[in-house]
Order: sequence, then C-alpha cells, then structure tokens
Amino acid sequence: MLHVEVWRGTEQGHLQEFAVPRREHQTVLDVVTEIQREHDATLAYRFACRVGMCGSCAMVVNGRPRWTCRTRVAAAVGSGDRLRLEPLRNCTVVKDLAVDMTRFFDKWRDAGGVFASEQTRDDDFAVVPPSSPQRQAADAGIECIGCGVCYSACDVVAWDADYLGPAALNRAWTLVNDSRDSRNAARLDAVSRRGGCEACHVHMSCTTFCPKGLAPTYAIAGLKRAMIRHAFGARDAKSVAPE
Amino acid sequence: MTRLSAALFVAQRLTAAILAFAVTVHLATIIYAVRGGLTAAEILGRTRHNGWFLALYLVFVLAVAIHAPIGLRNIAREWTAWRGRSLDVALAAFAAMLAVLGTSAALALFRA
Amino acid sequence: MMPASHRQPGFLAALLHRLSGLALAAFLPLHFLVLASALRGADALDSILVVTRHPLVKAAECGLVLTLSLHMALGLRVLVIELLPWRERTAAAVSLCLGAALAVGLAFLLNVP
Repeated sequence: MLHVEVWRGTEQGHLQEFAVPRREHQTVLDVVTEIQREHDATLAYRFACRVGMCGSCAMVVNGRPRWTCRTRVAAAVGSGDRLRLEPLRNCTVVKDLAVDMTRFFDKWRDAGGVFASEQTRDDDFAVVPPSSPQRQAADAGIECIGCGVCYSACDVVAWDADYLGPAALNRAWTLVNDSRDSRNAARLDAVSRRGGCEACHVHMSCTTFCPKGLAPTYAIAGLKRAMIRHAFGARDAKSVAPE
Repeated sequence: MTRLSAALFVAQRLTAAILAFAVTVHLATIIYAVRGGLTAAEILGRTRHNGWFLALYLVFVLAVAIHAPIGLRNIAREWTAWRGRSLDVALAAFAAMLAVLGTSAALALFRA
Repeated sequence: MMPASHRQPGFLAALLHRLSGLALAAFLPLHFLVLASALRGADALDSILVVTRHPLVKAAECGLVLTLSLHMALGLRVLVIELLPWRERTAAAVSLCLGAALAVGLAFLLNVP
C-alpha cells in the first residue's frame, strides 16, 4: 500500500491522506488519477497527454518538482511507501494540485520571449545555418514547453517577486540568438532590468530539475554576458555563444 | 539605457575579478606573515613607505567598498522586507564607510 | 518538508557563498579599525596583536581565512559558469571549491605558531 498525502485547498489548506494499492510500473499520475476517480472526486489536478509532451501534469512530488506522468512511483518513494503531492511552488494555487500559471506566462512575455520579425512575404527566405554557434545556442533551449518545473524549483523566484525566472529568460536567450528576430534591443533591455538575468544567483535548480534536460542557467549566463557587453558599449545586441 | 540593476551587476562581477587577484595576494601574504608569530614591527616593516603595498591595498579597499554593499543589497532584498531608496542610501553610506576606514587603514600602515 | 532545491549542491554553494560574504562584510570594519590603530604607533598595534596569541583568537583567525577563501572559491565558480563555456558537474565543482578553501585554511593552520 502507498500512503499518499495530497494538498487540498488553496494557499490555506491541509494535507489529506489516502491509501492506494501499489501496482507494477505505476506512475504518480496513475496514483493521483486513481485517488480522484476511486476515492475523492473533488480532487483537482491537471494532466493531458500523459506521455511527457505537454507538461500539464507538473507538480511537487516528495518535495521535488516533476512531471507525474513520467515519474514512476518506485523512483519517487525509493524503498519507502510514502508519497506527498503538492502544487507547483511560486504559483498561486487555484485548487488542490492545480495552479494559476498566468504570472509565469506574463513573465515570459515581459522577458521579451515573443518572436518578432520585420521581414515580409516579399523578402527572400531567411538563411539560418544550423551549425552556426548562434543557432546551436538557440537550439539548446528551444525545446522548452513551459511546464513550470524550473520556475517551481527556483529559490530566487520564491525570494524575489520581480524575478522573471528561468523559463522566461531561457526563452529570451533563444530569441536573442535567432537571426531572424528584430526586437533584440528591446529584449536586452527587458532582461537587463531589475528582476532580469542579474537576479540569478546560479543555484542551478532549474537545470537540475528540467524534465527536458535543458540548462536555463547557461542561457541566463549568455544573457548576463550580453548585458555586460552592452554596458561596455557593444551596440550589437546579438550575442554569440562562447562555444 | 543604463539601469541600476545592470550597472550593479557589472560592478559586482568586475570587482569580483579584481578581488580574486587582491585576495590571492592577501591570503598568500597572511600565510607567509604569520610564520613565527605576528608583530607590529614585522607588518610595518613590510608596509612602511612601500608604494606597491599602498597601491595594491587602495585598489583592494575600493573594490571591496563596491563589492560588499552590492552583495548585502541582494541579501536584504531577498531575505528581508527592506528594499527601495532607504536601503540604497544605507548601503551607499556603508560603502563610503568601508572606503574611508579602509583607506585610513592602508595609509596608517604606509605612513607608520 | 524541505524543497528538493535546497538539497542540491548548487544551493549549498550559493548559501555558503552568501553567508560567508555576510560574515566578511560584518568583519571588515573591525579589521580596518584594528589596522588603523597603527596610526597611533607600532605599540598600539602590538598591544592589539598580543590578543591574537590566544588560541581562541587563532581559531577565529583560521575561521576568517576559511571564510575568505571559501567566498572567493565559490565566487570564482560563479564567474566561470557565467563567463566561460565549460559545463560543470555541479557536485564535483562545489566539492572542489570546498576542498580548495579547506586547503588554504590548513596552510594557515600549519604556518601559524
């Protein structure tokens, strides 16, 4: 038997305990789904694809932010039998295990995480060599699906409400390195202000917990270098990865 | 457009690089100097009228006076409720105090 | 329950870096004042230095050396991550910083009478 503590309520609430049979190859998503279907239909939680593509199921499992669909119970509990399920940290709790991601995506926008180009359909195709250092730097971060695990893991997000966070900054870095993008001056400005890349203290929790194996720490480092260069007069906002 | 946060970040990293050099010299000097005990005569013998010492330690003092308050600012803003103008003013005063005390210490050892 | 982020080596490194910096910032004004006593002559400085012969003070001095070297080692790690293309194995890198700082502390202990 698994002893599962589940957060109920909003910011104020309590942990409710359930007993769920252990099954072979069980994932944490299997467990929370069984609780909601068999034990307490009022439990609120999110999932969609259930195969590790959408990131909807992200929550905190035994203190660690992860995707429940890609977390085997065996991996989460080790030799024990206790699971603790809590909503993602640093987001307002809507109900139980479901959080409000609005602020997360607002910061995405505020960091300049939106592509913009001045080219039109009359211009020729943009030529982007895939092996160029800039494209490689962009490709290293482009797989982000906005699941919020890094945001939940980040202590600076918890300590500083202004901090844009690893996902937003990682996205900004991919666009800084996108040769087709035209809004780099504004983007660099956005990540150079208070709460931008300067707030990152290299704890590296984002890189440790990203389920896609991305490394926001190094994307943010790239933004820091761009910010330093800009401070010393470099007018070219496009920064090249040091590799 | 220079923003305070970006300028402070750059200043922090720049002074960190300067301090890496100064602190290495300082630690090496400490470990060498404590051998056989520490006396004022020994210390002053090294620092008195030593232009290189004065130059290095004035740079050291200036770098620390910039570096430390910026770090303290982050701690205050992230771990306490103190932020804004009053914090910045207090830290600027702390920076000035470090600069003044440090300079007078370096000069004291130079002129002794 | 402590969040998993607090059980990572990167967090430990950041925490030690921050706390050591705080300690150094608190110590510095005192340090400068002691040195400035040299303005009143070598005897004034000596009378303060005599205090440093006490074993507890020596332990405190060793602690200071450790704090300074730790802050520098961990700070250099941050500079490397931010400015160089190396990808680190965090636990190993942090261990290296701690080891280097301890080595400096040991060097001090071996040289202080």
